[in-house]
Amino acid sequence: MSKNGPVALVYHALFVIFMLAPIVVVCWVAFTPEGFLSFPTSHWSLRWFKTLAFYPEFVSAFWRSLWLGALSSALAVAVSVPAALAIARYRFRGREAFTALFMSPLMIPNIVLGIAFLRFFTEIGLSGTFTGLVLSHIVIVLPFALRLTLASAVGLDRAIEHAAVSLGASEWTVLKRVTLPLIVPGLASGWALAFINSFDEVTMTVFVAAPGTETLPVRMFLYIQDNIDPLVTSVSACVIAVAVVGLIALDRAYGLERLLVGRGSQGERP
Amino acid sequence: MKAAPYLLSLPALMLFAGVVVIPLAMTVILTFHDWGQYKGIEPVFILKNWREVFGDPYYGEMFGRTFRIALIVTLLAALFGAPEAYILNRMKSPWRGIFLLVILGPLLISVVARTLGWALLFGGNSGLVNKTLMSLGLISSPIPFMFTETGMVVALVHVLMPYMVLSVWAALQRLDPQIENAAVALGAGPLTVLRRIVLPQAMPGILSGAVIVFALAASAFATPAIIGGRRLKVASTLVYDEFLNTLNWPLGAVVAVLLLAALALIVIGANRLVERRYAQVFG
Repeated sequence: MSKNGPVALVYHALFVIFMLAPIVVVCWVAFTPEGFLSFPTSHWSLRWFKTLAFYPEFVSAFWRSLWLGALSSALAVAVSVPAALAIARYRFRGREAFTALFMSPLMIPNIVLGIAFLRFFTEIGLSGTFTGLVLSHIVIVLPFALRLTLASAVGLDRAIEHAAVSLGASEWTVLKRVTLPLIVPGLASGWALAFINSFDEVTMTVFVAAPGTETLPVRMFLYIQDNIDPLVTSVSACVIAVAVVGLIALDRAYGLERLLVGRGSQGERP
Repeated sequence: MKAAPYLLSLPALMLFAGVVVIPLAMTVILTFHDWGQYKGIEPVFILKNWREVFGDPYYGEMFGRTFRIALIVTLLAALFGAPEAYILNRMKSPWRGIFLLVILGPLLISVVARTLGWALLFGGNSGLVNKTLMSLGLISSPIPFMFTETGMVVALVHVLMPYMVLSVWAALQRLDPQIENAAVALGAGPLTVLRRIVLPQAMPGILSGAVIVFALAASAFATPAIIGGRRLKVASTLVYDEFLNTLNWPLGAVVAVLLLAALALIVIGANRLVERRYAQVFG
């Protein structure tokens, strides 16, 4: 394999600076000791992180986002498992249509889903409730959960299950003791990817949430709409810190590229 | 045994019928309802909202801006993202993983936080970006970034770049480095190798990345809302305004349905084109 030339490396350096600049700037400004937006040079301070304690709406929004992400991702995975087994193992009428339907939240702009949920939840009285948030988040993260669940269900070696059956295991035992344990890594990574997407979602959630049920990105977005001050940069810095920790953990556990690219394309080949 | 796949799919099917299909159908129906400042939404069947959107040049201009921004963002992402993916692909083991993490990592950070970063960098005429460009002598007077299309484009390119790099990188993974070496051995210069060997094989990745970036740019919400402010509207920020400020839901629904339809047509059309063009490669 040939090496990158100096021009390529300079280009690469500029590219990385471009990708990191806004993230670094947010974290940098968050440590300002001043009462206004400024880049701290000689003095660093945790002033704005301490101020956060006096804004309970940010703190409660953070916990709500965490619970919402964990719960809706778990439910999305629970719904994905049987669907993935059906799609991976059976050739049935409507198989392609079902797959397209379950993947459709990726194709429909979140803004369109947002207004559709707002209209629907208003009619049935779920508007602004946590139940509404969970239902809508299950739908938007399901494609991510399904994709990774499907990849592991397709990649499963059926001979192991056949061996279990020939040794006298019932269908239920095979599912519980053989099939599910084998696809657990896929389920875990599907849950993680779903969680990240739920935790970061703002476009759709801004329509479903109400004061009192706002998620952290929604709270941040609404705050920025009114004014940009060091407080919101310190909230963002916390969000970035959580993302970096999650990123490193995911990469160690599963491999980030594998998670994002998905293994589906390799597994689906006959 | 025939019922098994349907029974297995039933939970997901019920969820999607209840929480996706019905709400979307209700949204389409909503576009035909009447609305008034004092009477609210009236469940009648009229074409008033559709006439208004198609008749008023304001909406044409707004959709024009939305798709113009999406197109420019897509071109810039392809232009800058594809070479970076190629450079990444040629890197050695530890560096490749580290920089892939650095470039894809921002995907895991909330769009709101990333856009906030750009708002800070742009920050009026004395923003860091303008200061840097002026001290480098690249520009003589500050470029207005906040509340302009230029600013929206820069921020959106940053937000969506990981998708392009990821897509091109995935295509390059399938490229056999021996083909490049063979071309060199047969006397091809580096530019010829890039143009005749690497680019054609990266093309499916660039095109599929372009479709994703275009669709996400045209329907982006948080970034245009924060950078564009309340005046410079794109389709999604207009929908937001109609739904949560003006409360004219039927009109907002028309804009949203049009955005969905236009995007569906463009994405399906582009996918067809890519498939036909590369049928030989994949088949």
